[in-house]
Amino acid sequence: MIQEGTAQSPVSPALTRSMLRTLGLVATLSGLLVVLSYRITLPIIEENKRLAIERALFKVIPGAISRQDFMITDRGIELAQSDLQGTALYAGYGQDGRLKGVALEAAAAGYQDVIRILYGYDPYCQCIRGIEVLKMAETPGIGDKIAKDPVFQENFTALEARANATGDGLERAIVLVKQGEKSEAWQIDAISGATISSKAIARMLNDSAQRYVPLIQNNLAVMEPAS
Amino acid sequence: MPGRPEQHEPVTLDTFLRGLWEENPVFVMLLGMCPVLAVTNSAINALAMGLASTFVLVASNSLVSLLRHYIPKQVRIATYIIIIATFVTMVDYAIQAISLDLYNALGAFIQLIVVNCMILGRAEAYASKQPLGATVVNGLGIGAGFTLALLSLGVVREVLGSGSLFGVSLFGENFQPWVVMILPPGGFFVLGTWLLIFAAFRLRKQRRTELGEVAQHER
Repeated sequence: MIQEGTAQSPVSPALTRSMLRTLGLVATLSGLLVVLSYRITLPIIEENKRLAIERALFKVIPGAISRQDFMITDRGIELAQSDLQGTALYAGYGQDGRLKGVALEAAAAGYQDVIRILYGYDPYCQCIRGIEVLKMAETPGIGDKIAKDPVFQENFTALEARANATGDGLERAIVLVKQGEKSEAWQIDAISGATISSKAIARMLNDSAQRYVPLIQNNLAVMEPAS
Repeated sequence: MPGRPEQHEPVTLDTFLRGLWEENPVFVMLLGMCPVLAVTNSAINALAMGLASTFVLVASNSLVSLLRHYIPKQVRIATYIIIIATFVTMVDYAIQAISLDLYNALGAFIQLIVVNCMILGRAEAYASKQPLGATVVNGLGIGAGFTLALLSLGVVREVLGSGSLFGVSLFGENFQPWVVMILPPGGFFVLGTWLLIFAAFRLRKQRRTELGEVAQHER
């Protein structure tokens, strides 16, 4: 803007000073206001995010009332610490303090954008107990049924995800079948009309479970309470 | 209101009402169409977007009005944009603090309030020439007009497209929602219908005034 002004007409030093003064003042004021509102809202936003995760967590691990954060690292599963690098894993504990299940994030490309979900895994029945969509941009009324459709959600009350004997994957992969053709515990009934979104869910669950379920089974002792 | 430089008009009820009807930013001036079409798929989104835009409009235009004698005209647009962007960032944080669900639903459109030409247009055409009081009242009027327009789209689209209003189901289980209404084409359909209704009203009023003038002449 300043250069444009210069090109059009000769700018007096007084005008330059006044432009600098105005822009400087406005920019300073703007910085102050932004920092102020950031500082004020930061704790509330953090709290909101924590609540959102917990709400999703307690939904995908039935019966859980408290949680503990862990990390999947190269060495196995460890208590979450700020300097640890790895995948977050949330363990949920029931009323009696026993481990009810663990929750993990999974993601895959959907119809419009990446779909991110949180899913709950129950290490005792070796099955997936629930999914909760965290972020998606699927078509309203069609693809977004993956989040709300009760029939589709029914797939995830006890979806088998059993670790194989060698401990490097699942005994039977999680697969998607056409609507109404689910006959085995490791199959997911697709939503007709929303095949791509359903496929994305099946793919991300399978990928994530193939990788992490054996690991979780081998490290259960870490997450079980000491008592 | 171009062509009225530094001629202060008195603040009347009309200063406010003009924004609602005669100069409605959406139905008459056709400004800010991007959020109008994009986030009106439910009434609550429309209301939140309208209120957020109103806040940015009133706050930024107040500041522009206060600083109007100190802003050199060569850098005025840059200054307005900084001021608007500041308040948009504040609204962005505020909405995140109020409700994450709402924040996710509105998506990138909160940040895009910065380039809503309704706000920049008001700053250039009104706030830079009028004192604080008039600017605030006019801004509130325009903001209310914008919110009203968004709501009138959001309500229609939500009722037809999801069978609910403000998230409350209206028609029970057996209602088959008209899904296209909450998809982008629905935005155009509903906006077009509203524009048609508004144009019809204006035309009728115009014709009536003309008839009235003719009648007066003949008398």
